[in-house]
Amino acid sequence: MISQYEVSETNKMITEENLDVRTITMGISLLDCLDSDTEKVCDKIYDKITKNAKDLVETGEQISKEFGIPIVNKRISVTPISIVGGGCDSGSYIKIAKTLDKAAKEVGVNFIGGYSALVQKGSTKGDINLVRSIPEALSVTERVCSSVNVGSSRNGINMNAIRKMGQIIKEMAYLTKDDSSMACAKFVVFCNAVEDNHFMAGAFHGVGERELVINVGISGPGVVKRALESVRGADFETMCETVKKTAFKITRVGQLVAREASKRLGVPFGIIDLSLAPTPAVGDSIAEIFQEMGLEHAGAPGTTAALAILNDNVKKGGVMASSYVGGLSGAFIPVSEDHGMIDAVNAGALSLEKLEAMTCVCSVGLDMIAIPGDTSEETISGIIADEMAIGMINNKTTAVRVIPVIGKNVGDTVEFGGLLGYAPIMPVSKFKCDAFIKRGGRIPAPIHSFKN
Amino acid sequence: MKGIITVLGKDSIGIIAKVCTYLAKERINILDISQTIVSGFFNMMMIVDISDSTHKFDEICDGLEALGKEIGVDIKLQREDIFDSMHRI
Repeated sequence: MISQYEVSETNKMITEENLDVRTITMGISLLDCLDSDTEKVCDKIYDKITKNAKDLVETGEQISKEFGIPIVNKRISVTPISIVGGGCDSGSYIKIAKTLDKAAKEVGVNFIGGYSALVQKGSTKGDINLVRSIPEALSVTERVCSSVNVGSSRNGINMNAIRKMGQIIKEMAYLTKDDSSMACAKFVVFCNAVEDNHFMAGAFHGVGERELVINVGISGPGVVKRALESVRGADFETMCETVKKTAFKITRVGQLVAREASKRLGVPFGIIDLSLAPTPAVGDSIAEIFQEMGLEHAGAPGTTAALAILNDNVKKGGVMASSYVGGLSGAFIPVSEDHGMIDAVNAGALSLEKLEAMTCVCSVGLDMIAIPGDTSEETISGIIADEMAIGMINNKTTAVRVIPVIGKNVGDTVEFGGLLGYAPIMPVSKFKCDAFIKRGGRIPAPIHSFKN
Repeated sequence: MKGIITVLGKDSIGIIAKVCTYLAKERINILDISQTIVSGFFNMMMIVDISDSTHKFDEICDGLEALGKEIGVDIKLQREDIFDSMHRI
């Protein structure tokens, strides 16, 4: 029988250490919405989303109450829209974006992901039209999130697409310049994008997925930090063991919530994504975990090793707890969403270059980093190219979500609000890479042998 | 269906009585109680069976929460499964 100690341990994680189910996401395939008539496509999309996800928010709230654990977000991911809208004319994508936004508002989810294209090897007509429409789509909608996959370990990197990414990121920054260039916070560029990721902004419902699916993301950096407090000064084996056990416990909660949501909604369960995703709240920070491990600030020498330990042991604990761990499981290192990371930047401990090194061992990549608004398109493309190369060579998912905040420079701070937090503008290298980016073409797939 | 009730707060006369009266009224059976008081702080855990209650689980959660506010303690009802999944393999 459950003991009082166990009950109080679980409840402490929830009330004091910010353990929460970060999101219940319903993946919806829109492949059956294809049509050459844009109006028909939009109607079909709207009907399919509102019909299937109508109970999502209410069910999430009910489960949250019964188990006594907060479920922060309820979201939807859909089939990459470049495919769904492929049969329509070029002007139709904005209409589809607006339809997604309307459907999201109707069912009450806070984000809908999948305004996406997969162009790692090349672009179709639909991909080109969608990518062109992204800046406008993200500035006229509120809840739509977009992503583009520009590289993979199998296919190499599409440098033409990366060049375009620099352009559209600047364009969307300008279009939303009165709102802290907010559109950029809803857009992410990927290498090795995963089909069942449901963390925004990069969520989409892959074409290899089933019709409908329920995925659950669970988070709790505060729980890991508190657990590490109890082994302060102990050796690495003890530290790893502690992270692993904690990850196991919190993943089990995710598994339970996922099964329950799946049962109540009558939608098959997909995966659990155990991601230590910070929020701006104190006690919900990855940087605080580094400090607990013994670093003065995130970014100090040793940070990459600390992150590697954290990421690896979170995965080890997670896979023991659920047979279907997927998505991006690991540790996220967004800057604006983590007050400890923000402090580290302000203290001068954390630079863009150190963050890049950290992305070699974290779960995704450069995330929620505010850079000066006058950063050139080519420089942004260069940052993306570096990050994609790390993903391609190391067979891991990497991503870039940078926000060139128009009108702001190093020394300024930008406020995004809510879970997106705030961020000091970080300096970017002044040295140019224009000629490199302008070459165009594709970087060939890497060799998968002679690893060193 | 089993649930776990936790009651936390400053000790006072009649906490257990009021909680138990509420449970009896709702036809909820108490399977186990453990309770401690550490420096005036009341901490109780109950394992209950709510199968016979006519109300839905979330309604009972609300009812207990309201009762807690009345007495001046935190009362929480949660499904037992969350503790089982976290602490039992």
